Amino acid sequence: MNSLRKKLDKLKPHFSKGGKFAKLQSVFDGFESFMFVSDKVTFKGSHIRDSIDLKRTMTVVIIALVPALLFGCFNTGLQHFRSVGTDPVLFQAFWFGFLKILPLIIVSYGVGLGIEFIAAQIRGHEINEGYLVTGLLIPLIMPVDIPLWMLALAVAFSVILGKEVFGGTGMNVFNPALLARAFVFFSYPAWMTGDNVWTEGLTAGKNIIDGFSGATPLSLCAAGEITKLPSFMQMFLGTIPGSVGETSTIAILIGAAILIITGVGSWKIMASVFAGGLGMGLLLNAISANAYMELPFYYQFVMGGFAFGAVFMATDPVTGSQTEMGKWIYGFLIGVLSVLIRVLNPAYPEGVMLAILLMNVFAPLIDYFVVQSNIKKRLKRAKVALNTSVK
Amino acid sequence: MSRSIKIKKGFDIRLEGSAEKKLAGAVNPVRFGVMPIDFPGLIPKLEVKPGIEVQAGTPLFHDKLRPEIKFTSPVSGRVVSIERGDRRKMLEIIVEKNGTGFVDFGKADPEKLSAEQIKERLLKSGLWPAIRQRPYHIVANPPDLPKSIFISGFDTAPLAPDYNFIIDNSPLSLFRSGISALSKLTKGRINLILKENSNNDKIFDGILEVEKSYFSGPHPAGNVGVQIHHLDPVNKGEIVWFVNLQDVISIGRLFEEGIYNPERIVALTGSEVIHPQYYKMLSGGAVTPLVSDNVKPGTLRYISGNVLTGTKISPDGFLGFYDSQITIIPEGNYYEFFGWAVPGTNKYSFSRTFFSSLLPKRSYKLDTNLHGGERAFVMTGQYEKVVPMDVFPMQLLKAIIAEDIDNMENLGIYEVAEEDFALCEFICPSKIEIQSVIRKGLDLMRKEMS
Repeated sequence: MNSLRKKLDKLKPHFSKGGKFAKLQSVFDGFESFMFVSDKVTFKGSHIRDSIDLKRTMTVVIIALVPALLFGCFNTGLQHFRSVGTDPVLFQAFWFGFLKILPLIIVSYGVGLGIEFIAAQIRGHEINEGYLVTGLLIPLIMPVDIPLWMLALAVAFSVILGKEVFGGTGMNVFNPALLARAFVFFSYPAWMTGDNVWTEGLTAGKNIIDGFSGATPLSLCAAGEITKLPSFMQMFLGTIPGSVGETSTIAILIGAAILIITGVGSWKIMASVFAGGLGMGLLLNAISANAYMELPFYYQFVMGGFAFGAVFMATDPVTGSQTEMGKWIYGFLIGVLSVLIRVLNPAYPEGVMLAILLMNVFAPLIDYFVVQSNIKKRLKRAKVALNTSVK
Repeated sequence: MSRSIKIKKGFDIRLEGSAEKKLAGAVNPVRFGVMPIDFPGLIPKLEVKPGIEVQAGTPLFHDKLRPEIKFTSPVSGRVVSIERGDRRKMLEIIVEKNGTGFVDFGKADPEKLSAEQIKERLLKSGLWPAIRQRPYHIVANPPDLPKSIFISGFDTAPLAPDYNFIIDNSPLSLFRSGISALSKLTKGRINLILKENSNNDKIFDGILEVEKSYFSGPHPAGNVGVQIHHLDPVNKGEIVWFVNLQDVISIGRLFEEGIYNPERIVALTGSEVIHPQYYKMLSGGAVTPLVSDNVKPGTLRYISGNVLTGTKISPDGFLGFYDSQITIIPEGNYYEFFGWAVPGTNKYSFSRTFFSSLLPKRSYKLDTNLHGGERAFVMTGQYEKVVPMDVFPMQLLKAIIAEDIDNMENLGIYEVAEEDFALCEFICPSKIEIQSVIRKGLDLMRKEMS
């Protein structure tokens, strides 16, 4: 450690203003602060500071994503081997999936961090940690068969137009990971919908056994084939086709527990998304106009990206509601809209992504009304005080 | 009617090095410093030059905008130097003590004086700055008539002095005279805020001018701003004054004995102090006699005040005008290998992102390391947990950063001061200088309203 520190101290002048590599200062700072927490001390205000920083916060989210990622690797392998008619052992499936998902992660981080480095250098800022989470979220909400160039394009779109043009991490309006998915969804719909993209190798169509269908539960529902749905338990465990990290509700719930215990993710948003889904689900159950509406409401929680969206997407503090009261409303409406879009809109089998992006737009408005009520209370108090003093 | 209010939001930072309840003898430093930076918003105008002989109570400088507000020497001696900082900003006026002379302001019974006479004595003696006001958290404006006056009788800041101990060792008769002087300056009440279940609140029973209220809960329950907010909030156009409990005693002394003598009991605290305990000294006194031979080795941070809101001073620096605490902690100028990634069984945090939160509660030795780099606002819902007021901290901060005057007013800028947001600054994962932002907002608002 000490020798590493000495090497860094020796290199540092070259990367500072006036040095040979001054243009790479942000990148150097980024790597330095990654390895060593800075020696900076407080000089005004509070003399002591909490040990937490954004790196720590983001690390917690990444740890919370690990169960979903590991299960995603396993499930990718499992779905593939099922499609070619073999029965894999656990590790075999996992390893197969891992090798398929690793390139997605590498491309996502490579492109995204590359752009972040350039943006930080242009602004003369330190590199922000926000992309550490986004970079892992993006592969987890993509179909495993997505071409790498398409992924790279989606990442570049979301980081540049979704985040950097607004001023970088903390300033963006839309959740960058969902924006990347929306980009693929609308630009290359063939790669984000249908029955083939969710299982590795199915689009190429080689050696696929007869009768294997890669249809996700949601597309079965949209097609009206409710009877073909996997069992609730299968969907809860996640051994179903779907985006890489979204299938296993149980793995996501482990992540949710980590976020809630550490206080990094808002339990209010998570709870209210589920409450919204529950409310809408019960309402549809009560109407029961078709087979999809009759589907018990709790199936909504384990199908598609509902749980993943509630736990990892809706809770993004930057794009979500920022007031505590607002978080309840924001989450609830996401839950309601997700189920509403799924069941009532034939064009979109999945509604979570669009519901969250839409509520991203409305989050500031919700906050505005919450804050207004505080302002009104204050004005009223001032008026009462004025009246009594006049009397 | 005495009220009892329970504060729920907030956070007690558990630090090592609280003062032992033992009063060392009086400390008599030679050098004294009066620091204009103790008074935010002040533009100091000098009245003395180096070499001039002064007495206790001789004006050293005054407020350029309100020249009647004088800042006087706490001791008799010679002005030795005027320390300046960047852009010739006046930092310290240093007086070397060489006698016991004092300016005689004359004994008087405050009961028999008019408000104007009381104000004149306070202004002349240099005790007026002990009276501060909300909004803006600055020295009070003499012509104003505040709707009430607040005196906080306890302190919840990290390692703060125990006011039960201070009260037990203070001349209460002087406190009584101080109160009767202050009671002439407001049309409303004098609120004395005590800690719930404090054992010596009976002492104040005989003082009819004060109305006692009780607060309990974690820091910042002892902050006068929080107390004002819950008992008599400041609306636009209203003014509330507040005075430190020990300064009320100094005010009493001015009327009883006719002298300016800002003596107080001071707690010497912090993990790097060998014998943390209480001392009697004058405000402005050099801390050297307290800390020489009484600190552990290493690079240290000397703070006049507490770790959240205090001022950084040098090892031979001075006790601030409003402070009754000196804290000494280690500096944190070291690199830490993957410090953000370690499990952190030994790292202190308000959040639950380190394993230390799973371990039993204990006291910590914290240093001045920033533990990260400055970022934009990212996390939400954190500040709200440590601000026990009906305000939206993050929205108010953003309004200040955007210099949106209307919104600042709407969101309650008149009710807050930097000290009420000190815990936000401590817990902020984005390492934003929140207290500086609030001060900037208060200064901007004051300029806008004048």
